[in-house]
Amino acid sequence: MTIRAVAARQEPAAMPELEPIVSVRGVDKTYGNVEALRGIDLDFPRGKLTSLLGPSGCGKTTLLKIVAGLVEADAGTVTVDGRTVVGPGPERAFVFQDFALLPWATVLRNVAFGLELRGVARSDREARARRYVAEVGLAGFEDKYPHELSGGMRQRVGLARALAVDADVLLLDEPFSAVDEQNRRKFQEDLIRLRTTQNKTFIFVTHSIEEAVYISDRIVLLSPRPGRVSQVIEPAIDRSGDPEKIRLDRHYLDTVEEIWQGLKQYVE
Amino acid sequence: MAFASRSGETAVPAGTAVVHDARPGLLERPAVLRLLSFLLFAAAWEIAGRVPVSFAFPTFLDTATAFFGLIADGSLPAAYLSTLQPLVLGVVLSALIGVGVGTLCGLWRAGEFMLIPVFVVLQAAPVAAFIPLVTFIYGIGMTAKTLAVMILALPVIVLNTYKAVRNVHGSLLLMCRSFLGTPLQEVVKIVLPDASPVIFAGLRLGVAAGFVGVVLAELLITPTGIGDLITFHRSRADYAEMYATIASIIALSTLTLVGLQWVETRIFRPEKRGR
Repeated sequence: MTIRAVAARQEPAAMPELEPIVSVRGVDKTYGNVEALRGIDLDFPRGKLTSLLGPSGCGKTTLLKIVAGLVEADAGTVTVDGRTVVGPGPERAFVFQDFALLPWATVLRNVAFGLELRGVARSDREARARRYVAEVGLAGFEDKYPHELSGGMRQRVGLARALAVDADVLLLDEPFSAVDEQNRRKFQEDLIRLRTTQNKTFIFVTHSIEEAVYISDRIVLLSPRPGRVSQVIEPAIDRSGDPEKIRLDRHYLDTVEEIWQGLKQYVE
Repeated sequence: MAFASRSGETAVPAGTAVVHDARPGLLERPAVLRLLSFLLFAAAWEIAGRVPVSFAFPTFLDTATAFFGLIADGSLPAAYLSTLQPLVLGVVLSALIGVGVGTLCGLWRAGEFMLIPVFVVLQAAPVAAFIPLVTFIYGIGMTAKTLAVMILALPVIVLNTYKAVRNVHGSLLLMCRSFLGTPLQEVVKIVLPDASPVIFAGLRLGVAAGFVGVVLAELLITPTGIGDLITFHRSRADYAEMYATIASIIALSTLTLVGLQWVETRIFRPEKRGR
C-alpha cells in the first residue's frame, strides 16, 4: 500500500490483501494559483466504502471528480479495474451534491435517465428503474416530479439513478449535505443496508466526521492547502446488527473523537 | 377580450371575498372569473361609447354587430386569408431560425461574437423604420410582408434563446456527461428543455412582435388584408367596423399566445401543469 500514514487500529491484517478497484497515483491539481491536490496516492479496495473526509478546501470533491473523469488532473493517473481513466465511463456512476435531477421529468424517467442516454429500450429501462425506485424506498412515487419531493427523497432518486446503470463504483459527492438531519440519519442507515444487498464499491465525500465513521470501512483524511492524504483510518465497527446501535458503539465514539483531534488544527 | 383570455392571470375584482370553503365558490372558478372580467370590460366599453367619449368611438354592441356583419359579407375572412399567410410563414420561420441561431450562439463562442451584436442592434433599433427599406428592395408582395414580420420577431427570439442556453444549469450538464451522454443528447435532453421557459418567453414576445410587423406592413406599404380593412373603414368613417377589425386582430394575437403557453406546459415542461 502506498498510503503515507496508516493508522489502522485493530486487525490491520484484515484489509491489505484486498485487490484495489480504483488506484490513484501521483495526482496533482491546481486551479489558478490554488493548489487543490498534491501528490495523491490512494487505493480504493473493491466492495468497500471509502470516505474522503476533510475540511472545506482540502480538495476532496476535486479528487472525486478526477476519479469520475469529470475533471482532468494536471499530473498523475487514475485507473479503474486496470484501465486508465480519460473521462466518464460505464463502470462509474456519480451521485451529485445538488441532486442534479431533471425538473421536467418524473421520478421514473430521472432514475432511468442514465439508461435512456445509453439507448436502452423504454420498457426495459423503465422496468429496471422501477426496481431501483423500490430499492431506495420510493415505490409509489414513480410519477411524481422532483419539486413534489422532499430533499431526502430527491437524493434517493439521485442514488437510484446511479444504481440503475449498474456501475461497479459509486461516487457520492456529499450526497446528504443538502438533506435535513432526520432524513440524513435515515438515509445513512439505508445506505448501510443497501451496501449488503448491492455488491459495489463506494467512494464517499463528506465533511461530517460522524457520517464518515458511521458508514465507512475506511476513511481517508485529507489536509487542506494543498490537499494531501494525512491519514487513513479503518474503523473496526460491527455493522451487521441494528444500525441504530452503531451510534452508541464505543469504537464509533472513540474514532469520531480521534479524527476530530487530528482535524482540529486545520480549523481556525 | 384581450384580458379575458389571458389564462391564470385574471385579476380578481376588488372587493371579491375569498371564500374559504371546501368546494370552490362560484367566484373562485377561473372560467367564471374570466367571463366576469370580460363582461366588466364590455360594460365599460359600452358606457364609454354611449357617453360618448368621441364621435369616432363606437359602443361595444355596435362593434360586435359590425364584427358579425364583416364576417357575413366575407370581407373579414378574405382579409385574414391575406394577412395570415405572411404572418404564419414569418412567425414559423422566425421561431425555427431564432431558436436555432440562439442555441448555436449560446453553445458556440465564435457564433456568439459574430451574431449576437447584430441582434442586439436590431432589437435596439426602431425596426419599423426598416419597413420602407424592405419595400424598396422586395416590392409590395408576400416576401416584403413576411420579412417585415421576421425583422420584428427574430431579434427577441434569438436573444432570449441565447441567454437561456447560456444559463443552463451546469450540474445538469455535468450529470449528463457523467452518465455518458453525447454532445447531441446534451443539447436535446438537457439544454433545450432546461432553457425552454425562457425560450418560450422569447417566442411569446416574438409572436406578438410578428403581429405588429404584419399590421405595420399592411398599413405602411401594401394595402391588403387586415391593415387595408382598417384603413378602408377609417376613410369611410365606419368606426364600428374599424374597431371590430382591430379588436379581432388583438383577440387573435392573444389566443395565439395562450395556445403557445399551452404547448409549452403540455410538451416541454409538464411539471408546471396545474401549478
